[in-house]
Amino acid sequence: MNRKVKKKIRWKAYIPLYLMSLPALIYLLINNLFPLYGLQIAFRKLDYTKGVFNGDFVGFDNFKFLFSTSDAWVMTRNTVLYNLLFMVVGTVLSIAVAILFNEVRNKIASRIYQTAILIPYIISMVVVSYLAYAFLSSESGFINNGILKVFGKEPISWYSEAKYWPFILLIINQWKSLGYSILMYLTNIMSISPDYYEAAAIDGASRWKQIKTITIPLLKPTFMMLTILSIGRMFYSDFGLFYQIPMNSGPLYSATTTIDTYVFRALMKQGNVSMSSAAGFYQSLVGFILILGSNFIIRKVSKENAVF
Amino acid sequence: MKKQKKQKISSNKRWEIGGNIVMSILAICAIVPFLLLFISSLSSESAVLKNGYQFWPKEWSLDAYAYLLNHWQSIGHAYLISIIVTVTGTVLGLMFISTFAYTLSKRKLPGRSILLFIITFTMLFNGGACATYIIYSQIFHINDTIFALIIPGLLMNGFYVMMFRTFFENSVPGALMEAAYIDGASEFKTFTKIVVPLSLPMFATVGLTLGLSYWNDWTNSMYYISAKHTELLSIQAYLNSVNESIAFLANNDFGQTVTVSSIPSTTVRMAVGVIGVVPVICAYPFFQKWFVRGITEGAVKE
Repeated sequence: MNRKVKKKIRWKAYIPLYLMSLPALIYLLINNLFPLYGLQIAFRKLDYTKGVFNGDFVGFDNFKFLFSTSDAWVMTRNTVLYNLLFMVVGTVLSIAVAILFNEVRNKIASRIYQTAILIPYIISMVVVSYLAYAFLSSESGFINNGILKVFGKEPISWYSEAKYWPFILLIINQWKSLGYSILMYLTNIMSISPDYYEAAAIDGASRWKQIKTITIPLLKPTFMMLTILSIGRMFYSDFGLFYQIPMNSGPLYSATTTIDTYVFRALMKQGNVSMSSAAGFYQSLVGFILILGSNFIIRKVSKENAVF
Repeated sequence: MKKQKKQKISSNKRWEIGGNIVMSILAICAIVPFLLLFISSLSSESAVLKNGYQFWPKEWSLDAYAYLLNHWQSIGHAYLISIIVTVTGTVLGLMFISTFAYTLSKRKLPGRSILLFIITFTMLFNGGACATYIIYSQIFHINDTIFALIIPGLLMNGFYVMMFRTFFENSVPGALMEAAYIDGASEFKTFTKIVVPLSLPMFATVGLTLGLSYWNDWTNSMYYISAKHTELLSIQAYLNSVNESIAFLANNDFGQTVTVSSIPSTTVRMAVGVIGVVPVICAYPFFQKWFVRGITEGAVKE
């Protein structure tokens, strides 16, 4: 009897806490769990007379159709290759720059550098597309008029030649995100105990040797975390980068279509809900497997670095 | 001995100089595109048509801004929408995130593992843009309402919840909360009177990141707001519309009609870009500290 009463009181004490978690739970239900229910339309034939969710069940027909087009291959290739490119270049650049940044002793100077390199990170992709246009516009862009013309070269119509876009997108991606990843690595470097460096200096190790044998190996936690995150996101792309920067230009689609831009264009521009939802399901599923897989590998290699 | 030491100092000095050179180059690269945008917007239309966007134009002019000044109503309205959406979204988001994280920080709470599972699951798996759009538009009929700019996707996510939870667990002294309970304070009162005041740095950090993502968002407008609903145009959506077609400027004039050819379009385009970027750049020095904290705090794994 006594025990029962005690238990009842305990539950009552927790009610306010449950109530406090309710708004967020309702939001997660609407924003994150309902869309999982929406995934089923990838397996249905779209029939507006019956409503979006009540079309006939057609199994994998939508997927068969999607994978019989060249779009499926192009968007998968682009998404994965761009991600790999960004990951490798981004990691090398940000580690190298973070190490050099750490050598700057002047407080005011390093504050100025930090302020400047983070500016690209805080602006929206729409604004970035305006900046890119100022350089790339074929009639009035700075590159055609200010650089190519001066050297007597023919102007290039950047927005219709796909072959330049892997470089352009790489540069813009790094321009925008480098400040952020440099800061991540820099935080890691600054957390390394100065004792190591002092001991190495007493042993007569050069600065380069110290960096090679102390700094770089100790960057492993940040490297691991950022790498797992980017492997887990291998099937997702920055929609803004691939949609806004090329200005949705048709001739560039072969170089700029990723799964995200395909899903958007199929859904909003062509009204092809079946293809869009099939591509979306494909992305969600493979993305989920990649996240679980990458974390599984990390758990095996070094448990303390696993995200969950 | 002496010689060796001298050598070492100069080696360190070399590294420092190298670091300064590389960082200066990067800092300049980060700023230069904004300079080109800004200077181009101050060039005369004829100079741009002749020589393109230049860092030092042959002829300066304020025509582009004079043109936009005539359209101050639509631009002002877009700013207003952006401000409303950013403030509402950030405040709501912080409320949802902090209360949820507070619940999660109570280790003895029955069912805590279920809540943790839910939040981890949302971080790993999502239905994607298409399924999300179908749900919001077909079930919640959110299209062409202001809610479409506030609710989908941006309001909260698992990473912010986890940041808050870690903070509550590690940086809010349990003894203070215990004392409040003993004094008879309710859970909600303990949260608002003790936990929140002690967590203001966290509110600032997450709030700024949230606010920035609201201010910078244009995807929700693209999905949910149809072109004729210009009254729901945020400043980013305004920029996006001008990007898609410079003719948008001529058509979106609260009644005035102008012909497209009368727009000094190449410079006006740059001026519109400036209008989009100026608020963020101006506010940046004030929020930089908290913003950097948000990044570095995310870097240190719990």
